Amino acid sequence: MTGDVGKAVWLHAGVIFTLFAMQFVLPDYHHLIATRVMVLAVFAMGYNVMFGYTGLLSLGHAMFFGTGMYTAGMTVYHLGWSVPLAFTAGIVSGAFVSLLLGAIALRTAGVSFMIVTLMFSQVAYLATLYFTSYTRGDEGLVLPAAARSFSVFGHVVDLTDPATRYNLALALLTITVIVVFKLVRGSTGRALVAVRENEPRTQMLGYNTFVIKLESVVISGSLSAASGAAYALLFAYVGSSFTSIQYSIDALLFTLLGGAGTVLGPLLGSFIMFYLIDIASSYTAAYLLVTGFVLIGLVLFFPRGLLGALKTRWLPWLP
Amino acid sequence: MDFGPYLFLASLEGLVQAAVLSLTALGLSLVFGVMRVVNVGHGEFYMLGAVLAWWITSLISIHPAAGFLIALVLSPVLVGVVAYAADRLILSRLDYNPEATIVATIGMLYVLQQLALIYFGPDARPVEAPFYFRVQFPWFGYSGYKLIVVVAATGLLLASWFVIARTRVGLIMRATQFDGEMARALGIPVRRVYSLVFVVGAMFAAVAAVLIVPIRQAHYLMGLDPLLLSFIVVIIGGLGSIRGTIVAATIIGMSDGIISVFFSPTLAKMVSTFLVALVLIVRPEGLFGAKIR
Repeated sequence: MTGDVGKAVWLHAGVIFTLFAMQFVLPDYHHLIATRVMVLAVFAMGYNVMFGYTGLLSLGHAMFFGTGMYTAGMTVYHLGWSVPLAFTAGIVSGAFVSLLLGAIALRTAGVSFMIVTLMFSQVAYLATLYFTSYTRGDEGLVLPAAARSFSVFGHVVDLTDPATRYNLALALLTITVIVVFKLVRGSTGRALVAVRENEPRTQMLGYNTFVIKLESVVISGSLSAASGAAYALLFAYVGSSFTSIQYSIDALLFTLLGGAGTVLGPLLGSFIMFYLIDIASSYTAAYLLVTGFVLIGLVLFFPRGLLGALKTRWLPWLP
Repeated sequence: MDFGPYLFLASLEGLVQAAVLSLTALGLSLVFGVMRVVNVGHGEFYMLGAVLAWWITSLISIHPAAGFLIALVLSPVLVGVVAYAADRLILSRLDYNPEATIVATIGMLYVLQQLALIYFGPDARPVEAPFYFRVQFPWFGYSGYKLIVVVAATGLLLASWFVIARTRVGLIMRATQFDGEMARALGIPVRRVYSLVFVVGAMFAAVAAVLIVPIRQAHYLMGLDPLLLSFIVVIIGGLGSIRGTIVAATIIGMSDGIISVFFSPTLAKMVSTFLVALVLIVRPEGLFGAKIR
């Protein structure tokens, strides 16, 4: 067992190190894509905590992403907050919103839960369109360049610099990998999986499954909000399209493709899907066709996703 | 205009909305009730119905009414064929597993929507109403076609109630809904019932879309709104309950129509969504739904 933990730690450290080394060889275009994908992967990894480990299918994660994004973006834009403060506010508001949503939506289960999360997310999307005077709706807010640099202990961090952005995104991803890895290895993670596998039995063993599920929603929502806040601050744009149902589905898609219930699956899924869409969109305006075919193909032929299949066949130690 | 007549006008708009929504949501509710499949692609059958209606009427240039009537029959049939293919090729292979079918129908949503974009283009397409006459009220004139839509939808709902409650086919459907395994044991071809229900559910959405397309236009992204409204309706009405679906569709359609006229459509949608939240806090199984067994 300890050997397995060792292997898993080395694997995850290796992936992070590879991503760190990549920045020195990637051409500009792919450098930027990698930055974006790392931030989005945090979103998908947050989604995976709920979907992959706890078995809660949500179609409302764009709301958590959007909460982080709008809190961070609007506090910078309207109130002139500094970047670290806005980022923290984004995570805190994400935790708060997910606690609220969890408390309401977890009264339902199964498909009703999916529909309820979708509905709430849709309200959030409509709200970004309705309160146009603050959010500028579809057009969105572009954060001014001056608001994007801040100083830490006298050292100025400028978010318009690509290398800074890449490494900050990597730092966020690394923290998320550590958080999720520790979570699923620890007792909370085991409880999450127990709920996924058999909720009544977990209840019978004396666990309060409602609290376990609520914890899962809050962790998942906070990670998603962190991703949204980072996205707003790193790329200086906040728009209502990021809160649309499309983004909730993307999180599901990235997770399913890489492998639900594996720590690195969502990261792998994000990279592959981002490039697939990028390539498809250079050929046709109907590039979302790829999304459709991948979803159907996965569910028909590859229900465990890439790392999920690896885990079942060859690498049972993969967390 | 005074408040009274204005409210009356808003209610008429709400009634049209409620009529179309009842049909669409009934399709979704039937599929969920009998098959336990949440069809996230349901809105795309609606979209497909509308876009095909435009395509058919644009091909036929005898008389707008003739073209429309042909579209009213042909478009749902074509949508039914698509639904049948989806059921055979995808859903039945997944053994109608609830979670897997959600993912698969999300995939179908994108495939249908993007194929419509490829073949019919990104523009909104108008369809001519089969006839024009105005019903003159003391305060304003109102489109006669919209009233016909309400009448036609009501007729269809009554007919489907009759089929479900009074005929052998309906009995088989209800038996499958009540207990699929028992129905299979008693020799009911459950797989074929599922296919039939999925096709009929899709056709309900398509008929609703053809009826509404002369009022709104056909567009490849038009499927999302009816999908979300139908979800709201089936949650409030209780998943799988047909009576609940119709009552809830009327409430949501009317309130959506009235708030849209007085305030804004965005606000209307936010309100109905909060209604869902309220219902769920009080009764997680919906107003008319029995607890899922």
